[in-house]
Amino acid sequence: MLGAEAIAQGAIDGGMSGIYAYPGTPSTEITEYVQHSKVAKELKIHSKWSANEKTAMEAALGMSYAGKRAMVCMKHVGLNVAADPFMNSVLTGVNSGLLITVADDPSMHSSQNEQDSRCYGRFAMIPILEPANQQEAYDMAYEGFALSEKLKIPILIRITTRLSHSRYGVEKKETLPQNPGSLPDDPMKQFVLLPVNARRKYKLLLESQNTFLAESESSKYNRYYEGKDKSLGIIACGIAYNYLMENYPDRKCSYPVIKIGQYPLPKKMIEKLKKDCKKILVMEEGYPVVEEMLRGFFDGGYEILGRMNGSLPRDGELNPTLVAKALGIETQTGFPIPEMLANRPPSLCTGCSHRDIYEALNEAMKEYGDKRVFSDIGCYTLGALPPFNSINSCVDMGASITMAKGAADAGLVPSVAVIGDSTFAHSGITGLLDAVNEKSPITVIISDNSTTAMTGGQDAAGEGKLEDICKGVGVEPEHVKILFPVPKNHDEMVKVLQEELAYNGVSVIIAQRECIQTLGKKKKQKEE
Amino acid sequence: MKKDIILAGVGGQGILSVAAVIGMAALEKNLHIKQAEVHGMSQRGGAVQSHLRISTNEIASDLIPFGEADMILSVEPMEALRYLPYLSKNGWVITNTTPFINISNYPDIEKLMKQYDSLPNKIKVNADEIAKQIGSPRSSNIVMVGAASAYLDIPYESLENGIRKIFARKGDKIIEKNLEALKAGKDAAMK
Repeated sequence: MLGAEAIAQGAIDGGMSGIYAYPGTPSTEITEYVQHSKVAKELKIHSKWSANEKTAMEAALGMSYAGKRAMVCMKHVGLNVAADPFMNSVLTGVNSGLLITVADDPSMHSSQNEQDSRCYGRFAMIPILEPANQQEAYDMAYEGFALSEKLKIPILIRITTRLSHSRYGVEKKETLPQNPGSLPDDPMKQFVLLPVNARRKYKLLLESQNTFLAESESSKYNRYYEGKDKSLGIIACGIAYNYLMENYPDRKCSYPVIKIGQYPLPKKMIEKLKKDCKKILVMEEGYPVVEEMLRGFFDGGYEILGRMNGSLPRDGELNPTLVAKALGIETQTGFPIPEMLANRPPSLCTGCSHRDIYEALNEAMKEYGDKRVFSDIGCYTLGALPPFNSINSCVDMGASITMAKGAADAGLVPSVAVIGDSTFAHSGITGLLDAVNEKSPITVIISDNSTTAMTGGQDAAGEGKLEDICKGVGVEPEHVKILFPVPKNHDEMVKVLQEELAYNGVSVIIAQRECIQTLGKKKKQKEE
Repeated sequence: MKKDIILAGVGGQGILSVAAVIGMAALEKNLHIKQAEVHGMSQRGGAVQSHLRISTNEIASDLIPFGEADMILSVEPMEALRYLPYLSKNGWVITNTTPFINISNYPDIEKLMKQYDSLPNKIKVNADEIAKQIGSPRSSNIVMVGAASAYLDIPYESLENGIRKIFARKGDKIIEKNLEALKAGKDAAMK
């Protein structure tokens, strides 16, 4: 199964009562697997999508409060959205086991940055589990709940794209029963983070660091493998261990190796490696988190190799060839790519409603000139590329509306926001309220395809409610317009857009037509 | 035995089904398989690839090292060339010759096909045409599995069983058509 699926199966078998998430590549498949699992259905495991990562994280914490095991999943940038409950849940701690699974995307296959969630784990001072393969992904999810309960703290599971989206055989364990549910002994002391309690809880978290370290020292996921050649010692974190082993066909590395799968870093093990070996090469997917810790501020006296000295690239994913080069092992090169090869970026599907919206918007914007359209995260971001070249920003979930507002405050009138229905429900509503409260001259286009399309067509939280939401937030009813984006309605759409662009206040145009991918899927399911 | 295969194509062309059929066949022979896929953004008509690794031994890396792929199996002629740095000196390129043109700067198809001249081991099959001929235009990806079948070191019957399992939910008619596509691909590659 996929690494993502292994985590889901591990959590189901490990006695999970609920999974909470907002879809985001490469984490989506974890929750989808639970949604499609017959066993999970029979066990009544909660698996519905949340409006965003913050609501998901809080709901998972609530389930833990009520004495049941919960998991929350997201992509790396989703943890930014959930950072507030994340950072504070480490102070409350858990009642029942709580696992936070975050899928990072080094090389940015489907993301706007490649931030490393292990930084968040360190920031929050909690244990992190980082599986190297699909079996460990299963095992860590399975055992993680018990670890969380033992340490009374949420546990972060960090995976990366390659593991999440790669298949390998996984051995299952027996299904554990769910916790029956029980309230915390003293909610006042544990969950009410008034300063008086928070100070005490923070001291407790600091005191727990030694316990977390002791767990890492004895963890089966951190292993020291002896090697004859002591001219180099290697620390390989998570999936990097596979790339290292790929370079040794008999799976025996000549250098001593520490395989890291649990943080905080096992101090004694690393001290031994330093004592045994002349220098250390650190292999890790993402930021040079471990390398930087080993280097310290003064970076002297002992040679550390890794992403920071150029032994490995500073950014992007690792692979077996890069690792071979760092080890000085001879690599193969294959054949060159012919010069005539053209790039093939993703594009909006034929028949997609976003196309019709951008056609109309481009025409309506002619009289104002370009560089005025703020957009957001979703399929419609592809409107930045030819032939449309319609949008001028894509930053984070919900930023289209708020950036348009700020630009309008700076005098850019009209300024326009293009946002999808799922993104609007995720993080657009509060920004719209800001704009309404100041009567900002912005035109918001909600390109509503009734799904979370980019990640494969998951339910969108605002479906069927967008018009009411906009009016409820306070957009004047006569400036909430509904359009049906098809080519034959082009002239009408341009006219409505022109009228609303000329309006000196908040307008919302909801352009509603179902995603042709989900429409096609539904049709297929009916036929079968 | 070890087969490292790069599967190439354009999002929506069905390379995950190709991987599933070969993977299922490998499992039947108790081989280890590891398969890295691309999900997300590029599935919208962009370039997609999958690293499929089959071996009698346990497999370490999810990715194939550069210069060590035994085969590039592509359902589109330009996409095969994108992954040439992965191909080993003795590796095979097996490609569909029908281009999938969804970009304005797609290279001249004749010049593109000339690029194959310099490669030592290649098989070119017009899978779209063959799939049309057998009345199953959507099976061109399985035609390509057939074209590769002689080079996979997996018995042909196992590939047939793979098709039966992967398409089981879709009914006997679809299974029959895909078995026919597999055979037609195999025959075309022999020519």
